[in-house]
Amino acid sequence: MILARILALAKIPIEWIELRTGAIAFSKPMLFHHVPRSAKWWYVFGSATLMFFTIQIVTGVCLGTMYAPSAAQAWESLRYIDEDVPFGWMLRALHGWSSTAMVVMMVIHMLQVFLHGSFKFPRELNWITGVFLLLTVLALAFTGQVMRWDQDAYWGLGIGAAIVDRVPIFGDQMRGLLLGGPIIGGETLNRFFALHVFILPGAAIALVGVHMTLIIKNGISEMPKPGAVVVPSTYRKEFEERMEKTGVPFFPDAVQRDMVFCGTCLIILIILAASFGPFGPGGMPDPTLIDTNPRPDYPFMWIFGAVSLLPPASETAIMLITPAIGVLILIAVPFLSNSGERAPSRRPGMVLVAVFVVMAIVALTYEGVTSPWSPVMDAWSSLATPAQFIKGRTPLQVQGAVVFQSVQCRNCHELGGFGGKRGPALDEISTRLSPDQLVRQIQQGGGNMPAFGKNLNSAQMSALVAFLGTLRPENEPDSKIPGANLPLPTSMSPPDRGVLTR
Amino acid sequence: MNDNANTPEKKNGCAGCGCGEGNGAPTSRSDARRGFMFKLGAGLLGIGGALAAIPIVGYVLGPARTRYKNEWVDLGALSKFPGGQTRFATFLNPIRQPTDGDSAKTACWVRCIESGKFQVFAINCAHLGCPVHWFEQSKLFMCPCHGGVYYQDGSRAAGPPPRGLFEYKWKVEGGKLLIDAGRLPGLEESA
Repeated sequence: MILARILALAKIPIEWIELRTGAIAFSKPMLFHHVPRSAKWWYVFGSATLMFFTIQIVTGVCLGTMYAPSAAQAWESLRYIDEDVPFGWMLRALHGWSSTAMVVMMVIHMLQVFLHGSFKFPRELNWITGVFLLLTVLALAFTGQVMRWDQDAYWGLGIGAAIVDRVPIFGDQMRGLLLGGPIIGGETLNRFFALHVFILPGAAIALVGVHMTLIIKNGISEMPKPGAVVVPSTYRKEFEERMEKTGVPFFPDAVQRDMVFCGTCLIILIILAASFGPFGPGGMPDPTLIDTNPRPDYPFMWIFGAVSLLPPASETAIMLITPAIGVLILIAVPFLSNSGERAPSRRPGMVLVAVFVVMAIVALTYEGVTSPWSPVMDAWSSLATPAQFIKGRTPLQVQGAVVFQSVQCRNCHELGGFGGKRGPALDEISTRLSPDQLVRQIQQGGGNMPAFGKNLNSAQMSALVAFLGTLRPENEPDSKIPGANLPLPTSMSPPDRGVLTR
Repeated sequence: MNDNANTPEKKNGCAGCGCGEGNGAPTSRSDARRGFMFKLGAGLLGIGGALAAIPIVGYVLGPARTRYKNEWVDLGALSKFPGGQTRFATFLNPIRQPTDGDSAKTACWVRCIESGKFQVFAINCAHLGCPVHWFEQSKLFMCPCHGGVYYQDGSRAAGPPPRGLFEYKWKVEGGKLLIDAGRLPGLEESA
């Protein structure tokens, strides 16, 4: 009785507001529009992306109240937020982890839409706004990395500047626009700050608005069924009829799965953030501290990998043109095929494309993380020579092992599984190269190895070759290449078998 | 638009301006005035917008202009750079803003070939700008990012760099080594 009265009283202000705003009439179709009964767990990833985006806005605005967007103070202010501000570290951790999660969810969402052919008529613009959202979010991730204003940010900007610098004719001007001047400095951080907190979030909010409006307008696509082809001339009418008959209201039938998934994601996010803490900041942004190993954040690791593996002769063209072609292809997807079958089983080529792209990105990310092309800058001074390579060797050979370390061979070559991976591992080098060939390779370089000729004296060279000549598995002969067994001028010989067998 | 204003059957032409189509028969006189007002408004907004755009575009595109000039920077006494050696040196960038903080600091490698003859290399790898390290023992510069390697004279030894290390112009004045430094070295650099 009383409850009914309270409810009746509560109705008055609601009606008052409704009369003046039409808010209920406006939101009703959003909440209760019919969605396909078949839209189940595959359809939760877009919602999760949106949830993470909301978290980014909330935590981002909070961080904006403390962060000092000035190259002189940004790094310090992050230390302050992490260490002195209550929950500051947690806010930064949430912002960082949620950014990664948003990229991951967005990519999964995009893959689902691609594999299910949901971009076909009439949802071409849903896809295209999605592509622009992807670009915006990646740009947010990159500019966010700059906000940390640490060594990775500084040298990452240097890489960006060097790539832009390669643009023909306008390279220098474009680099100036990117950096906000002729150096990486205060103006650089501030323009990335403006991008990160004003321009890109504004663009993302606008795009999300369009994306959602299009979802309401075009409806959510059904799970693809083999044989259920999209015919643009009749699709919309038939789709609306099916929704009328068999659809379920978005609220609460479909939204419950979104809620379960988003809730789970949110809790996992909080656990991740609380356990692993914020991202960076890394070393101080002082470019004279060069003992640094700049690496991009994970969303860009595959680009870092790709840039490293490109053939030097064509890399400028590839670096500048490929991104544009990639974006154009993504935008073109719904125009290349906007009708017909949607089921992955009837579009094996498209499935193959998706699998290939995912595998390529995963492989390049792995390459980026391990970066075998990079010399290990401190391998020569920090790694031990494995015992099996010096045990029972002559003084000359042991001296060679010392030379091997001291002239930084180890920075690019592995011994016993440790060292740089830029050049081949040398554990078994004497089965491949004769002493003559070793001398030649070391002196003249080649095959992407610098020439050491001028930098090694003859004593160092003979010791080094004597050492390398011992590097082969037990019971395996040395190089069978003609000339392999000719005595060297320095009268050294391959190690005595008897010494090698313990 | 002007023609439409006086032809009632084409008056839909100004439906977009929100002038309340269909609220009674419009007279040709008010049609004419609407046409004039619309054009006046569009003109004023156009002129105002263009005027406002000049400073905004100029402000935004400003950094694209190369308005900064390098300056001679003192790297210190010649005694810091013994003959036959390559030494690390740092300086404050002459092109700097009050907000730059540490990022205005810059590093370089100074190679003294023999007394009075120098090569001063930018710290930035010619590939993608990462900081190169000098290794005295092997007389090589190595880059930690993509594996660029250079010989002691700065020429490319291995890896992806398209050219040798960038070099600063140098001169000796009053027993001190000066270099012509400023903008972040890039492909515009000659040597």
